[in-house]
Amino acid sequence: MDILLQIVIYLPLLGALVLLAARTDEMVRMISLFVTLASFALSVPLMLNFDVANSHVAQFMTETGPLLAGLDVKYITALDGLSLLLFMLTTFFGPIVVLSSWTSIKKHVKGFFAMLLILQTGSLGVFASLDLVVFYVFFEVTLIPMYFLIGIWGGEGRIAATIKFFLYTLVGSLIMLVALIYLGFHAGDAINNGVFTTDWRLLSSPVYQIGLVEQTWLFLAFALAFCIKVPLFPFHTWLPYAHTEAPTAGSVVLAAIMLKMGTYGLVRFCLPFFPNASEAFAPWMGALAVIGIIYGALVAMVQKDVKKLVAYSSVSHLGFVVLGIFALNTMAVQGAIIQMVNHGLSTGALFLIVGMIYDRRHTRMISDFGGLSGVMPVFAVFFMIATLASVGLPGLNGFVGEFLILNGAFHSVVLNSYWFTILGATGVILAAVYMLWMYRRVMFGPITNKLNEKLADLNAREITLLVPVMIFIVWIGIRPTHFTQYSEHQVTQLLEESREKSAAILQSAKADELPGWAGKFYDITQEFASKIGEE
Amino acid sequence: MLIQLSLIILLAPMLGFLVLIFAGKKLPRNGDWFATGLITLSFALSLYLLITKLTLHHGEAITGTMTWVVLGNAAEAGSLTVPFGIMIDNLAAVMLVVVTLISMLVHFFSVGYMHGDVRYSRYYAYLGLFSFSMLGIVLTDNLLMMYIFWELVGISSYLLIGHWYEKKSASNAANKAFIVNRIGDAGMFIGIMILFASFSTFAFGAIFDTVAAGNLPFNSTAWLTAAGVLIFCGAVGKSAQFPLHVWLPDAMEGPTPISALIHAATMVAAGVYLVARVFPILTADALLIIAYIGAITALIAATIAITQFDIKKVLAYSTISQLGYMIMGLGVGAYTAGFMHLVTHASFKAGLFLGAGSVIYAMHNALHKKNDHHTDAQDIRNMGGLKSRMPVTYWTFLIFTLAISGIPLTSGFLSKDEILAGTLAFGTLSGHWLLPIIGFAVAGLTAFYMFRLLILTFHGKHAGTTSLDDVVESPKVMTIPLMVLGALSLFVFYSFNPFGASSGWFFAAIERPASVVPALMQPATSAVFHDAVSSMHTLAMVLSILIAAAGVLFALAVYQWNKVSADRMASSLGFMYRGSLNKWYFDEMYGSVFVNGTIGITKILRWFDENIVDGAVNGAATVTSRISVVSRWFDNTVVDGLVNLSARLTEMTGTLLGKIQTGKVQTYFIYIVFSFIVLFFLFI
Repeated sequence: MDILLQIVIYLPLLGALVLLAARTDEMVRMISLFVTLASFALSVPLMLNFDVANSHVAQFMTETGPLLAGLDVKYITALDGLSLLLFMLTTFFGPIVVLSSWTSIKKHVKGFFAMLLILQTGSLGVFASLDLVVFYVFFEVTLIPMYFLIGIWGGEGRIAATIKFFLYTLVGSLIMLVALIYLGFHAGDAINNGVFTTDWRLLSSPVYQIGLVEQTWLFLAFALAFCIKVPLFPFHTWLPYAHTEAPTAGSVVLAAIMLKMGTYGLVRFCLPFFPNASEAFAPWMGALAVIGIIYGALVAMVQKDVKKLVAYSSVSHLGFVVLGIFALNTMAVQGAIIQMVNHGLSTGALFLIVGMIYDRRHTRMISDFGGLSGVMPVFAVFFMIATLASVGLPGLNGFVGEFLILNGAFHSVVLNSYWFTILGATGVILAAVYMLWMYRRVMFGPITNKLNEKLADLNAREITLLVPVMIFIVWIGIRPTHFTQYSEHQVTQLLEESREKSAAILQSAKADELPGWAGKFYDITQEFASKIGEE
Repeated sequence: MLIQLSLIILLAPMLGFLVLIFAGKKLPRNGDWFATGLITLSFALSLYLLITKLTLHHGEAITGTMTWVVLGNAAEAGSLTVPFGIMIDNLAAVMLVVVTLISMLVHFFSVGYMHGDVRYSRYYAYLGLFSFSMLGIVLTDNLLMMYIFWELVGISSYLLIGHWYEKKSASNAANKAFIVNRIGDAGMFIGIMILFASFSTFAFGAIFDTVAAGNLPFNSTAWLTAAGVLIFCGAVGKSAQFPLHVWLPDAMEGPTPISALIHAATMVAAGVYLVARVFPILTADALLIIAYIGAITALIAATIAITQFDIKKVLAYSTISQLGYMIMGLGVGAYTAGFMHLVTHASFKAGLFLGAGSVIYAMHNALHKKNDHHTDAQDIRNMGGLKSRMPVTYWTFLIFTLAISGIPLTSGFLSKDEILAGTLAFGTLSGHWLLPIIGFAVAGLTAFYMFRLLILTFHGKHAGTTSLDDVVESPKVMTIPLMVLGALSLFVFYSFNPFGASSGWFFAAIERPASVVPALMQPATSAVFHDAVSSMHTLAMVLSILIAAAGVLFALAVYQWNKVSADRMASSLGFMYRGSLNKWYFDEMYGSVFVNGTIGITKILRWFDENIVDGAVNGAATVTSRISVVSRWFDNTVVDGLVNLSARLTEMTGTLLGKIQTGKVQTYFIYIVFSFIVLFFLFI
């Protein structure tokens, strides 16, 4: 099983190498499809064999010796409750993305699919790695193929968009790199006999405690990188450009997989490493999240380009995820994790769908459409389901996440205000407004544009790639436990340990050693700790 | 056993939905009889269930639960499990029959009305989805499932309003309905969360027990009131109460049988059902708010209905008005009367809509014969005199009109009379006399506008472009449901005493549940309220008959006998008339305040996003590139200059030193001597 995980991760990369030998475009496509399908098929046994009751234990682990002399940096990959669902989401979308690019990519076909496959391995690596340096390498590796995917196969403004995407993300991750190096040495001094270490298991363990001042800076550095990636308001402006200019496959991977790396990073690193800072910053992060929810929804409402609208809706939806994470209780964090998957499925589906009409009409402007339901009835059904999932209709996946997050935030002791939930709930109303309004303008009404009169409905390939997504949208909506069970134990334990760790650090920290601002800042945490104590 | 039965009732329409959505077109007749058969089965089982429930298990609620979802442990909230629970009390059992009966009749009626529609099987599929969701609301034993089915009902309504989505007005109306409902639902959601945050359960029974034991949300009655009012927000949306009533008239864009089922008889009554469900935890303050919202709604809608010319719009406003009545009834504590009005209203209002459907169907066909595609088939000014051509439709319509006007011997009289007595009783107990005043005023208005509608449609001379000869009675599949509903609008089905419902089976079956809120915040108890009602009952009855009669007579005087000119009345009332005709400008007001306000904000935000937020990012980039220009200059001139300078210095030193190296031994000897002297003095 352990080796299977490695195969799943590196099969796409291997496929990219094989592609070099491919003679025809048809062969390139077939190889890509085969490789991603195989990677997905092989990942299914991982999910089935995953020990749900011990989801907090890293499973299918591969661990090497130190990679660099004198530094305790090891190649560690494994799956646990936090990563399993996102890992599966990535393998799941592999073949779908390949199929979606089957006919729409006409230039440099080989390069395109090679980039997709490299991106796939990079993304899988991000979710599977349990060493910070290895994580960082994979995190950066994903940037490069995406840079080319947008820059070469994108729309008209692709160059500016891809540079913005690349540089913005890079700025964040470089700051994180500095923090990471500091953290490695600090942890080495504290618990690893002076040897630099970035082993997640060591860093997240209760024995490793970081002082309050250092925690603050390290948290900010890590959080900044991840917030840009999410993207959290106000770091979101690269997203609409990247999404509009990216080819369909790029948009889908970006929305479904790459944005999740940000929220995933927040849960995986910020919460257990910097528990005090996470608590102290929670209301601020929550506030940005709620602003993002409403702001993203409002800006989405007036977009003229369908893709841009969906991009802004992502800002709104990921606001829910961040709100859930920083509510810091099991219900909300569980909601956040399932919501990451949900957003991947529903927004991924929406980008696929937009791509399908773009292929037919080469425009994404809402005003160019209208009345498509009549000519494309099958398409209309898929589009409707994806729209309703995005709106959070009960019975479909989106509701489960929003419900858990809002409910968890309502209980949250750290957020300590009902306004997060009340304002967040307005996002649910606004989602209905902008999504249904867009759907109406594109799909309903009379056909106003002659070019739309003879559009072909979905073909077999397009139906094949949408049906699996729809199955999971409904499945998660009806039986959420089948999916939430994977992270339940780990989330519970992670939050519990973080709380204990934060209390311990707070106890050992002497108030007079702290600079004035920090003292004031951590009063909040103090209050939180005492409240938890009461219960 | 009854639980399993209720599951069949619930799931049969869902089966219809699934089969029709995937294979509808392959079934004979596109599956209409398949769907109709399933709902008929549901109805038969519901009826059996109701009779069994009332005879064998009268006092107890039958419950059954299974864990539907375990959503994990929450440190502060404990384990979150959502049971899929079914609770069949008398309220649910009665409601089951109402929903399945109306749904079944609408299924039959649609076979005729929707014949030849472009998306015939899709229509029946959505009907199934709606019936399933609505039955879910009725059967559930907890607030979360209620909310889930609540939203599903909303989406079925959206899909059915937008059935003819090629019409822009239809798809707009669908959106409006869904979005306005979502506003109310968000409030309901927060209300549910207040209760869940405090009690860690969604189940009605458990919540009532906890509150009865003296536990309050966040230990305050204010929060309990807030929770009640917020949950009521859901009802405000779904039952089209002021100020969220604006979606319902637009929803008439949907096919008329849909208007009958969803937007008159059942779904819009779900709000009333919700209030009845959570009644025990509503504080006196919350109930007072509910009562006033109901009264305001009833009045506003009635004053609009009197001037409308679209047959369906009149009925839509009358629905809003009657829903206001029910809500008001529950608010004042006339629980049984409010719910009974829901049940009686379901029959006669569904009947009115199906009757209107029958008329529209006939008018449409008549216009079609004349090749007239411009005349509005729903405008009552184009009708008149249809009585002779459509006798079944006319006579049933007359019964429904009598019922809604509260004329004795009808079911509507029984329930309306009890509500009015309740408001009077509430007046004596609390001093809120405005409620009964509004109640009676609306009763008069209702009788007036309903008879206006009846007279303009069926009596007098035929107006408009169609010839009366082209108008024919609808087929039997449409008229039989009308006859069934007509029969059900008579008093005998609810009480054998035509002048008092309180002795009938209905009042025996549906008892007002005891309030569980702390004594200080409780409404008047059932016993006290009941006494007050008894002393007011005769007065209420006499008054309501007189006022209804006055309304009817006035309508006859104006429209039948032409003793009073409607036009002159309109002009003398001036702005009142225009206000009513324009629906008191609610749409315009919301349009300019909320819609345009939001659009304005979104435009500002888009600008802010593109120029400020993104501007900051681009600004950072620009600053960086400027810095790089500066550093290029710095690099070229200063850094590189220093390098060059040091090179030049070296060179210069070299040149200088080079000059020392003359190659002559004598010169070197002088250097050595000179150095020796210098060193000598330095070290000594």
